[in-house]
Amino acid sequence: MMEASADVSPKVVKEEKQYSYLNLGPTHPATHGIFQNVLKMDGEVIVDSEATIGYIHRAFEKLAEHRPYNQITPITDRMNYCSSPINNLGWHMTVEKLLGVEIPKRVQYLRVIIMELARITDHLVCNAVIGVDTGALTGFVYLFQQRELVYEIYEEICGARLTTNIGRIGGFERDFSPKAWEKINRFLKEFPVVLKEFEDLLKRNRIFMDRTIGCGGISAERALNYSFSGVNLRAAGVDYDVRAMNPYSSYEDFDFIIPVGTNGDVYDRFMVRQEEMWQSMSIIKQAMKKLPEGPFHAKVPEFYLPPKEDVYNNMEALIYHFKIVMGETDVPKGEVYHCVEGGNGELGFYLISDGGRQPFRLHLRRPCFIFYQAYPEMIKGSMLSDAILTMSSMNVIAGELDA
Amino acid sequence: METVASKIGVGEKPEGHEGHGFFATRLDKVVGLARKNSIWPLPFATSCCGIEFMATMGAHYDLARFGSERLSFSPRQADLLMVMGTIAKKMGPVLRQVYEQMAEPRWVLSVGACASSGGIFDTYSVLQGIDRIIPVDVYVPGCPPRPEQIIDGVMKIQYLVENESLRRRDSAEYKAMLNKYGIE
Amino acid sequence: MMEAAAQEKLISVINEKFEGEIIEARMDMDFFTFILKKEKIVDIIRHLYNHEETRFQYLTTMFAVHYPDQNQIAMVYQLHNLSANQRIRLKVFLPADNPSTPTLTTVFSAANWMEREAYDFFGVISQGHPNLKRILNVEDMLIFPMRKEYPLEDQTREDKNDLMFGR
Repeated sequence: MMEASADVSPKVVKEEKQYSYLNLGPTHPATHGIFQNVLKMDGEVIVDSEATIGYIHRAFEKLAEHRPYNQITPITDRMNYCSSPINNLGWHMTVEKLLGVEIPKRVQYLRVIIMELARITDHLVCNAVIGVDTGALTGFVYLFQQRELVYEIYEEICGARLTTNIGRIGGFERDFSPKAWEKINRFLKEFPVVLKEFEDLLKRNRIFMDRTIGCGGISAERALNYSFSGVNLRAAGVDYDVRAMNPYSSYEDFDFIIPVGTNGDVYDRFMVRQEEMWQSMSIIKQAMKKLPEGPFHAKVPEFYLPPKEDVYNNMEALIYHFKIVMGETDVPKGEVYHCVEGGNGELGFYLISDGGRQPFRLHLRRPCFIFYQAYPEMIKGSMLSDAILTMSSMNVIAGELDA
Repeated sequence: METVASKIGVGEKPEGHEGHGFFATRLDKVVGLARKNSIWPLPFATSCCGIEFMATMGAHYDLARFGSERLSFSPRQADLLMVMGTIAKKMGPVLRQVYEQMAEPRWVLSVGACASSGGIFDTYSVLQGIDRIIPVDVYVPGCPPRPEQIIDGVMKIQYLVENESLRRRDSAEYKAMLNKYGIE
Repeated sequence: MMEAAAQEKLISVINEKFEGEIIEARMDMDFFTFILKKEKIVDIIRHLYNHEETRFQYLTTMFAVHYPDQNQIAMVYQLHNLSANQRIRLKVFLPADNPSTPTLTTVFSAANWMEREAYDFFGVISQGHPNLKRILNVEDMLIFPMRKEYPLEDQTREDKNDLMFGR
């Protein structure tokens, strides 16, 4: 006889789910930059992740407190190094705002041309890398060839390829030479052909669309709460562009469309960047057509080096030259915030000057730092390869992330 | 008629005895020739110099012409560690671990001013040169160096690879140098 | 640039519920700046977020400034009203020995890393923050490097001779 008290009903045993931890370490070929993500995975699906950044922290903000104003431009170069002219010109505009300097129209139009060229190079890197991460390596090689043309334009204007240190506080060090205009015209003629070829490879490609639509999306409300800006926000559906909302450097004179996506996923970001490149080319053509004559720099004798004939003949110019080179120019007291539309979003410079020769505090509002916080939320529930693709489509640049 | 084919030069062959169907030379010359034209680099690209490296690997300044077609991102399968960009103190242990995982013979190329000596960043958080933690063979200065300079650096590494004695890695001198860095 | 009518409107919106919290309200170059008392700053920001007439629902940036002469650390918040294109700046002053402020992560998720950065560099503690630890510097660093009393260079380096570098 069996014991009636023995409990023989089937028991439901709850098993503890076992998660595996994958370290998408700082040195990883697909992360395009050094930041670490520890992913908590349930098989192939990502459940949670934690990011560690700061592997290339170079203390820009502290460094800027120890340098005179014109020596801070090379530091700003190295933030978003794929489009360094935008960082440089943003810094110059911040200082000009603090000084209250009126910039001639010609300088503003030339600045627009350079910033739009820089925006094209930044978007080229990002779109080429999205192609590489989905397996389309051909686009990378074609687009990097076109970047060499833009590097040649930078070399004509300022002498450097990548970390340009372009322009001066008050304008440019010299006007654009005829060779520079020839190179810009050559770029505007050759680039659309290659861009169209690249776009046709991927835009309606079944494999690319299946891979990227619905991958790494974020809704507009969450994007706004995470202070997204730039392409990532516009792909989510919000048309916030600093060039349109707070125009600077005569952007209000130009006629351009701001492309906006719907889902905020990888495909939308890719297409928004493509369309922005076409719009940038249209802006460059408009600027070249309407370019006014005039001086190529404003009258800021305390910051802008006088021409060498004056330095050798005129006492005042000699003293200005000495003070600028030795970094002994005093800047008026004030607090100013200026933002430009960088390759990744709203790049802001908050400058506090206490009347000395070096900034009291320079805070850099770096868009990459701010939107990378949303990455764990964006990849939750997706698979590992989608996480890699999301990261490369957000265009996270390590120099801007860590500063 | 002058064609492109007639302008192409052929690489130098090492000196030796040749005859009908054979060629005799020293072993280390053959090994050096083979090694120098098939270096597998590991691009440890951290910042701006990494973008110039991407341009070097592109079609315009092709690094693959020199035999470095296959980039290896795993240190176990790489010969040349190309450190490109600023190394912060947080990244130092990672770089050290990657170097220790490489198998002999291994070479290190330090590209850019930041990797060679800290560059313009003389701050509390930047390692003032990677030779503080790992031994370096060739330094390429520049901020960032032009692709031609990076290729020049790789060619100097090729010169070192070609002329290295086969017993160098076992010698006491080499071991003493590694001990100075604390690497076994 | 903000006209006087808009400035009055903002002051009245804050004074609706938080009377006496404004220490000063002035136009700083082209930015309307409020200097507020530090206790209820998060509630004020939440009030500005939800109020229909001032929908400041975008946090542009947030950071700290060290004023060694007054021995204070200021936290600066910049908000943006995207629909009406208005920007304002809010400042609170905290004592430098023990700077702490309630966390803004309940209102804006973007404040998460911004507060960690302020903690990492200045030592500003955000009460209620889910994960307040160092973000950009090495984890076991003992000092708060952006404060004015700490030098820029690493003092233990041997290869850069200050005599030669003219400092």
